Amino acid sequence: MSETAPQTGSSHLAHMLFAAIKRLGSSALPFVVVILIWQFASLFFPRFLFPSLIDVFWRCLEIFSSGTMFADVLATILRIMAGLAGAFIVGGGLALLMVRSRAVDRFLSPILTLFQGIPALSWVVFAIIWFHGIEFRIFFIMVMTTLPAFTFQVLGALRGMSKDLMEMVFSFRPTRAKLFRVMIAPAILPDILTAWKVNLGNASRVVVVAELVGATGGVGYQLLQQQQLFDMAGALAWTLQLVFFVLIVQGALTLIEHTVFRYRAVSERAI
Amino acid sequence: MKEGVTPPEVAIHLDHVSKVFVTAGSEGAYRAVDGLNLDVRPGQMLALLGKTGCGKSTIFNMIAGLTEPSSGTVRVSGRDPFADFDSFRGKIAIVFQNDRLLPWRSAIANVELGLEMLEIPTAERQATAQSWLTKLGLGGHENDFPHALSGGMRQRVSIARAFATNANILLCDEPFSALDESTAGRLRAEFVRLVKENNKTAVFITHSISEALEIGDRIVVLKRPAMIAYDVSFDSGTGQQERELIRSRIGDVLAA
Repeated sequence: MSETAPQTGSSHLAHMLFAAIKRLGSSALPFVVVILIWQFASLFFPRFLFPSLIDVFWRCLEIFSSGTMFADVLATILRIMAGLAGAFIVGGGLALLMVRSRAVDRFLSPILTLFQGIPALSWVVFAIIWFHGIEFRIFFIMVMTTLPAFTFQVLGALRGMSKDLMEMVFSFRPTRAKLFRVMIAPAILPDILTAWKVNLGNASRVVVVAELVGATGGVGYQLLQQQQLFDMAGALAWTLQLVFFVLIVQGALTLIEHTVFRYRAVSERAI
Repeated sequence: MKEGVTPPEVAIHLDHVSKVFVTAGSEGAYRAVDGLNLDVRPGQMLALLGKTGCGKSTIFNMIAGLTEPSSGTVRVSGRDPFADFDSFRGKIAIVFQNDRLLPWRSAIANVELGLEMLEIPTAERQATAQSWLTKLGLGGHENDFPHALSGGMRQRVSIARAFATNANILLCDEPFSALDESTAGRLRAEFVRLVKENNKTAVFITHSISEALEIGDRIVVLKRPAMIAYDVSFDSGTGQQERELIRSRIGDVLAA
């Protein structure tokens, strides 16, 4: 005999709703605390140091609603995505070559490690000296700063593929294209998505540096204008545009992960 | 490439086959197979029996075309399975020791894998995969991912995957060794029935004498490095007393 009465439909719904609110509350709490501290500081400091977040909100709204200002945001987003796509394509190709040939691996690994040690700002200087076109300069900087990470992450994913599964697929004598479609692509996809998530954050920081120095538009350029005007509310509003973008793309990538990787077993006990 | 003459009416032919692995250590080379001669007739169920490390899996990989022999000739249906790798598409199927299911594919999609390589149209592919899953008692689990299936169910999916391509030659590397005896016994009986019904040539690797006696109509006992120490054929008419004699003889050979 059961000692507890079965939950009714409405109480179960209420329980789920409460759990969802609790989850939302716990993830929003850190942001709420930071906002409150900032807003509190704005009461005691001058506007150019800690502007009211209400001002920042109106500035954000102005950027969203103004065609020319939002075009700057879009330009920066396009630069980030183009740079990441370029680095991913080149890095993926290099990783394939490295995994196929030990000689290529021995040759390229030290070069990529060397690239990893070069600061983003140095690439900005090199690009200004070497190239004329603004867009190509920024694309070059974005690719060079994210290329090593993409290459090493794809390389690691390729090397980490299960030998047993690979041998099983080989036993069916697949063509190269089929091997890639049925085995390699699904096996490395989780690492590729992680690589995109990591590099997205890096790229959003680098693009601002690149635009600060070499561009005539974009979020970085606008940040430079705000610095010259000593307009902290403007600087925050433009920074938030990039933050929103990163959060939206990260959210989309997480959604893709939840959908594509539903085959994964989930342990009831957390790590 | 060394050309060998394959005797007629031979599905698998190994002629003076050796395999030497170059090791990284100071020992230099490890001889896994040494001058092995072996013929398997079409429709025969050969059980390859031997202790761990005697070279069974190396022979298996050479017949499958996954490993190249260092010397000698391997022929499957008259062709070199390593050099003519692609020509064996759909002709050799393998059941591995562990299920090796692709975790991102459902049970039915795993069974369809070999059929995809053969460019079978989707509808036909799905019908074939569905039919094999049903035959193996997995109806209703078509859309389950491997993590949601038990070990026995996963191994049944892998057997369905091997049979679905309708390959003439089946290679099995201790496919039931990771299962409990009751499940393994059921699957073994099912496997033998399917092989006989579909008239396949099968090479079955095992280290269990009982399993070899249950599965094979021929047992080859290997000694390290893979050389034939005992070779015996029998059929369903072979009596229990004679089987016990074979078991005893195999035991002696393995213990020697």
